[in-house]
Amino acid sequence: MASEPTAATPSGESTNLGLRVVVAWLVLSAIATPLVAIYVGPLIPPGNGSVQAQGQTFSNQVMVGLITPVLCLMAVFFAYGLIRFHMRANETALEGPPIRNDSRIQLLWLVITTTMVLFLAGFGTYELLKDGAGGGQGPDPIALPAHHHTAFPVQVIGQQWEFTYRYPTLGGMESNQLVLPENTLVVLHVTSLDVIHSFWAYQLGVKADANPGTDNVAYVTTKGPLVFHVRCAELCGLWHGYMFDNGFVVSHTAFTHWAARAVALYRSIKPYVNRPPEKGGAPFSLTYLPAPPGRAG
Amino acid sequence: MTDAAVTAPSPPLWRRLIGFNFITALILGVAGWYVGWFGAHAVVGPSLDYFGDIDYNELSVYLAYLGGVVGFLVGLGFLNYPVRRLLGYPPSLREKEESGWTRYFSLCTDHKVVGIQYLWGIGLFIFIGGLNAMLIRTELLTPHNQVFPAGTYLTIVGMHGTMMMGMMTSGILGPFANYFVPIMIGARRMAFPRIEALTFWLLMAAGVVLTSTVFFGGFPTGWTGYAPLSTQANPGIDNYILFFALVGVSMTLLGLNMIVTVLTMRAPGLTWTRLPIFVWGVISTSVLMVLAAPILIAALGMAALDRTAQTSFFNPAIGGSNYLYENLFWMFGHPEVYVLALPGFAIVLELLPVFARKPLWGYRLAVSGLLGVSLLSWFVWQHHLFVSGINGDLRPFYMLSTELISIPTGFTFLCGMMTLWRGHIRYTVPMLFCLAWFFNFLIGGLSGVFLSDVPSDVTTHGSFFVMAHFHYTIMGGLIFTFFAAIYYWVPKMTGWELNERLGKIHFWTMFIFFNSAFSVLFAVGFLGQPRRSVTYPSNLQFLNDWVSISAFLLGASMLVFIFNLVWSLAFVKKPAAANPWGSRSIEFQLPSPVPVHNFDRIPVFSGDPYGYGEEPMPSLTPAGAPAGRD
Repeated sequence: MASEPTAATPSGESTNLGLRVVVAWLVLSAIATPLVAIYVGPLIPPGNGSVQAQGQTFSNQVMVGLITPVLCLMAVFFAYGLIRFHMRANETALEGPPIRNDSRIQLLWLVITTTMVLFLAGFGTYELLKDGAGGGQGPDPIALPAHHHTAFPVQVIGQQWEFTYRYPTLGGMESNQLVLPENTLVVLHVTSLDVIHSFWAYQLGVKADANPGTDNVAYVTTKGPLVFHVRCAELCGLWHGYMFDNGFVVSHTAFTHWAARAVALYRSIKPYVNRPPEKGGAPFSLTYLPAPPGRAG
Repeated sequence: MTDAAVTAPSPPLWRRLIGFNFITALILGVAGWYVGWFGAHAVVGPSLDYFGDIDYNELSVYLAYLGGVVGFLVGLGFLNYPVRRLLGYPPSLREKEESGWTRYFSLCTDHKVVGIQYLWGIGLFIFIGGLNAMLIRTELLTPHNQVFPAGTYLTIVGMHGTMMMGMMTSGILGPFANYFVPIMIGARRMAFPRIEALTFWLLMAAGVVLTSTVFFGGFPTGWTGYAPLSTQANPGIDNYILFFALVGVSMTLLGLNMIVTVLTMRAPGLTWTRLPIFVWGVISTSVLMVLAAPILIAALGMAALDRTAQTSFFNPAIGGSNYLYENLFWMFGHPEVYVLALPGFAIVLELLPVFARKPLWGYRLAVSGLLGVSLLSWFVWQHHLFVSGINGDLRPFYMLSTELISIPTGFTFLCGMMTLWRGHIRYTVPMLFCLAWFFNFLIGGLSGVFLSDVPSDVTTHGSFFVMAHFHYTIMGGLIFTFFAAIYYWVPKMTGWELNERLGKIHFWTMFIFFNSAFSVLFAVGFLGQPRRSVTYPSNLQFLNDWVSISAFLLGASMLVFIFNLVWSLAFVKKPAAANPWGSRSIEFQLPSPVPVHNFDRIPVFSGDPYGYGEEPMPSLTPAGAPAGRD
């Protein structure tokens, strides 16, 4: 393994090679990032089914936009480096130049990665605190949307293996259908009767774990009429896979009609509902707003 | 003693079968199992009506398996040393190091034997875990028609996850650190050779415990085992709890052994800045293992008490908290995923200089990257719980700390890339696997950015996006480097070459089908398919079928590897050169396979092993010092 004295190679060559990569990277990024923004951006989920979903979509789009140049850098570096520096049969020098360090590159790398990380953390915090981003925040939410005191409350009750919904402002009516009025700030109080579930309303951009005995609060501002999927996103036992349903955002008139019918139906079955499960009553929530018994964390 | 062993006439076969060996271990293991099973029934069964109503008894399951594990270990001879010392016999530091092929099936204190035991033992259980993955993808071929009943499907998912997580924790440290760390630091053994053997046999016992969950109805919780689902589950969950607890004990001991070995047994001249980067990776991993695994053991102990003694640590209905389990589990679980990732970083940084023929660029930066990841991984665990409702006001902090961890991870990338830069790269099989690490871990890391951001995580949490993310980091980051290490070091360990053409076929099929399977899963998750769900929306069937077929082909590429291993090591048996890669690392200056005593004389180190292109390769200068204590 005797090596050629390659240490004498002028460092200018390395700089030139490096410049090539940087230029190619800048060019590729300048082309790729707008293309990704134009063609991939609109496909990014979860869409604009609600204000919070729109916020998540925006976050996802920003991140896709940010990682595109990073991917470009890696693509250019490896495409160039792996071809340019591969050991050829007629190579005279068997070993590369013994470069062990370059503190300028280290510093540059550290500054760039730190800047990106701090930007991401700041951006994420801003987007989170703005309106809660549709995520469950526990019983004492800090990321409150404007006018959250007037939000329309719905209690989401997970149990094996179904979600049911309780409307405190409609006389505590309970339903196995989630129907929400359009253009309304809704506060979802998510809880569970048995094990941990996770309430995931995909197009609404809501995800909140349903913990037994805990009130997990999530805010969502609905937009126009919408059919959305509700799924359980936390493994909850045997029929976890079948714990899905559709939910609906409807106009205010339609909501009033639905609510009237649902309240009537609920009144007719209520004598059975409030009986304990083992005596034949429907096992709806034992947790009632506005006094959740448990605190998270 | 060595001479006596060689010249003494070998006793007859029947005589050799009696004693502390694998057969005795199996017999005592089964006996111990039944002692525990019937013992617990005798003590607890008739005394409580609760157990009378059902045909099983939680305590029996635990005591049976504990009895089985203890019997197995006693049969292997783990009690001989303490008992003999108590009776006043002289200490014997070496066990079965000269005893032919049977040493691979017994308590052997030779760290090289333990390394090879680990390689095959872990390989066996990873194979079982991989078969489970194939079954999962078979089920997901269609959204509605069921291949497996829902409960069986959940057991398969849980077995796959738990087996892979438990076994791959020691995937690099078990085979390769046990074998090569003592050699790399110029020692002849690990600090605690018996404990080293114990970690391996505990892990094998644990693997059997988990696999036999099928006899107790399986478990529905996945690898996380969240309470209170775990409290209401089948007795199969007891196997899960015992498996992970045993793995936790094994991890803790393995990590402690590594730390003590590196701290106390380095050869003269091996200063901290001359340590191979692989050893630094082992240290940073070991620190995490030693500190994290006890949390897991404690959490699982509480879960076991909840199930057997109704203690209600985790049952909110009677005063417990399900958040407590989530907190404890992820407080272990996030360092655990870096226990999986860090050895991969270390292997990449160790192998790149060899095949790029350049010194490792930025040694100190690489070390600080490994240690930085190790440190920061303690401050991120609640990012698994962003939507769980726990500590809502701490989410910005966990968002920041999670994203900060990409800075030290970036050091590994920078050091690796700058090592490649202007190198003379040879595309050998181990090198290809290392380069694939860059690609896979880049995708894994960048997808992690989505998960670290709370608004994005609300979309992706609990979906296949997460699943694709951690398969890119763990399979793409760890399993690929695991194979790099196999192709790089197995010729040294066994003394036989692996077939390079088959190795390249294995690499390319694995790389292509791995990416073909898991990149699509990002889209599947983004489109709203939750994890661990036996059904999914019909419109996702095409993507799922694509993933399943890619996964089957990925499985086929593993068969290429197994064929290569069997073909090269059992049939071709082409002797490996002492230094096939032209490496400057010390293990390649020794013959293949490495002799039992490693070094005739303890070496003296005068530099790090990365001086490619610098001074000529140093020979193994014998020290003037005596050959060291045994």
